[in-house]
Amino acid sequence: MKFYARRITIYLVTLWATISLNFLLPRLMPGDPAEILIAKMQRAGEVSETTIRNIRLILGSGSDVPLWEQYLGYWGRLLHGDLGISVTKYPTPVTELIANALPWTLVLVGLSTVIAFVLGIGIGAWVGWRRGTWVDHLVPGTTVLQSIPYFWLALILVAVFAVNLRWFPIFGGYDVFAFPSGPEPTLAFLSDAIYHGILPAITIVLSSVGGWLFGMRNMMVATLSEDYIITAEAKGLRPGRILRAYASRNAAIPSIAGFSITLGFVVAGSIVMEQVFTYPGVGKLMFQAVQNNDYALMQGVFLVITITVLAANFLMDLVYGFIDPRARHNA
Amino acid sequence: MPEPHTAVDEAVVDRTPADTFAAPIGITSAVPDTGRAEAEAAKRGIRRRMPKLTLKLASGLVLVVGITLFGIIAPFFTQSPTFSGNPSLQPPSADHWLGTTKLGYDVFAQLAQGTRGSLLIGIVAGSIALVLSVLFGVLAGYLGNWSDEILSLVTNIMLVIPGLPLVMVIATYVPGRSWLLVAIVLGITAWAGPAVVLRAQSRSLRAREYVAASRVAGERAHRVILVEILPNLLPLLTAQFLFAIIFAILGEAGLSYLGLGPTGSITWGTMLNDAQTGQAIGTGAWWWFVPPGLMIALLGAGLSLINFSIDEIINPKLRIAPEYTRRVRKAAREGRGVAVEGSIA
Repeated sequence: MKFYARRITIYLVTLWATISLNFLLPRLMPGDPAEILIAKMQRAGEVSETTIRNIRLILGSGSDVPLWEQYLGYWGRLLHGDLGISVTKYPTPVTELIANALPWTLVLVGLSTVIAFVLGIGIGAWVGWRRGTWVDHLVPGTTVLQSIPYFWLALILVAVFAVNLRWFPIFGGYDVFAFPSGPEPTLAFLSDAIYHGILPAITIVLSSVGGWLFGMRNMMVATLSEDYIITAEAKGLRPGRILRAYASRNAAIPSIAGFSITLGFVVAGSIVMEQVFTYPGVGKLMFQAVQNNDYALMQGVFLVITITVLAANFLMDLVYGFIDPRARHNA
Repeated sequence: MPEPHTAVDEAVVDRTPADTFAAPIGITSAVPDTGRAEAEAAKRGIRRRMPKLTLKLASGLVLVVGITLFGIIAPFFTQSPTFSGNPSLQPPSADHWLGTTKLGYDVFAQLAQGTRGSLLIGIVAGSIALVLSVLFGVLAGYLGNWSDEILSLVTNIMLVIPGLPLVMVIATYVPGRSWLLVAIVLGITAWAGPAVVLRAQSRSLRAREYVAASRVAGERAHRVILVEILPNLLPLLTAQFLFAIIFAILGEAGLSYLGLGPTGSITWGTMLNDAQTGQAIGTGAWWWFVPPGLMIALLGAGLSLINFSIDEIINPKLRIAPEYTRRVRKAAREGRGVAVEGSIA
């Protein structure tokens, strides 16, 4: 139980740090982001009093309220689910924009990550099992895949399969002309969304499968030279059983324990990749926020991404504690 | 053992059996009165630690050295990367080896300058990440107790905060971004992963006899870390540094692609950003967006190939196990082995 208590503590502290970072960053930056933004907006056109007040509230400037009071107020608004008003899509609340975008990213990145993880662990186990054969020569290839920038791979895929071959749509999460009123719960919409999601999903799977595969293969090779594997062979167990029950299970543990490191790269890669496909997820929202200096939206998206990553990590901790009793008992 | 990363620790300790570190460089070479045979043994020990020049290592070195030299030398011989007097959007030709951009810039000249910019950012960010990961990882692992608790907590927080979104948020607040600033931000968001591994390693090194001997002899902590622990972490640190470089370059490319990269510098990322805003995909100007991405992939592949060889030093099982199975198979083929059908391939 201590294992989970520790992990939960880390996640709570991380959450607090992220929120405080969100609050402090604009106030610590040289210059005054609020004044810069207001000046920029005034140059573009008339700015309402409410907007100026909103910006000052988020970025904390021009007011004589002490910092800790601002901080408490920030928490108060946050706990009421108030992330502010978006400047980009004025006057839509940030929470509404994020609520519309989050499912797209969750389903796309979540599904692709699961596919890449299962593929990588499976193929990695097999490649490690067949160590010392021609399969070894495939291993360096996986790292080439890993070092390709997600968005560049996406660009290439779009150029080849969408622009030239016209097999897949060039952009979007669904056909905006066929469904002008937005997402609807019909089979036609679902299949259209899947059709639009294939290229982005392929991008994520191709770019991230190499890391899982490589890590699993190396752990497999190391595990297979353990004494208990030799014992298992000497007992005359079937190779398939040794592969599945003895070697793979133990070799997969570090991949699961190191999940958070890899997940960070997948999330980062996907944010940039969504921009290539103009996919209607949080990555695109983040980009819009950055483009338009929409700080409220930006902070909100950052917060939601962090919470999602924390949740995914916690889920993985549960799995990890389940398959490796040592983690639960020794911790 | 009150800490959360038990399995990582165990895995990493597993991966580096005691014999890898059996002959620490610091000790064997520090004894002056050894006989010739022992001196030669020490030299052999050092040579055994150096990677064998395999095809993998050789091609990795060729790629990395080639790209580095290209970045250093080529910008002196190309035209200015911001000379816009060329005809625009020309496909590759004898005059312009990689064609021209929409604004008439020579893509080859941009690529040469961009190689320089990207490598610079990668190396600076990689160095920052390296220093921070040693600071947090090795210190936590070596000191233990409450310093370990605090350093590990910071590491674990940095590990789960998604890096690129954080960098994006920071980058938006800063209007004029120099390449140095981008490199620093990328560096301070990338050290947590390596630090976790270094901590586990230092913990296991700390328990070795020669470290204990040096502590009993009254050596101060900084000397034990610098002389006894760090030299033994060298292969691992090298591998982590190379990975940090490629991740920083990937991160910079992503940032620049979103328009948050360094202002006023040319990197592979800013080239891709220009290509995107210049509709390179729609107009089929492949010579504009393919070369920068390809360079990133090639450099990454080169660094990874070098890392393969380092990996096989850190973890001898990776080298020995495949060799062993190959030998068993050969013996079986020649009919003098004990291996029979159905044993491990």
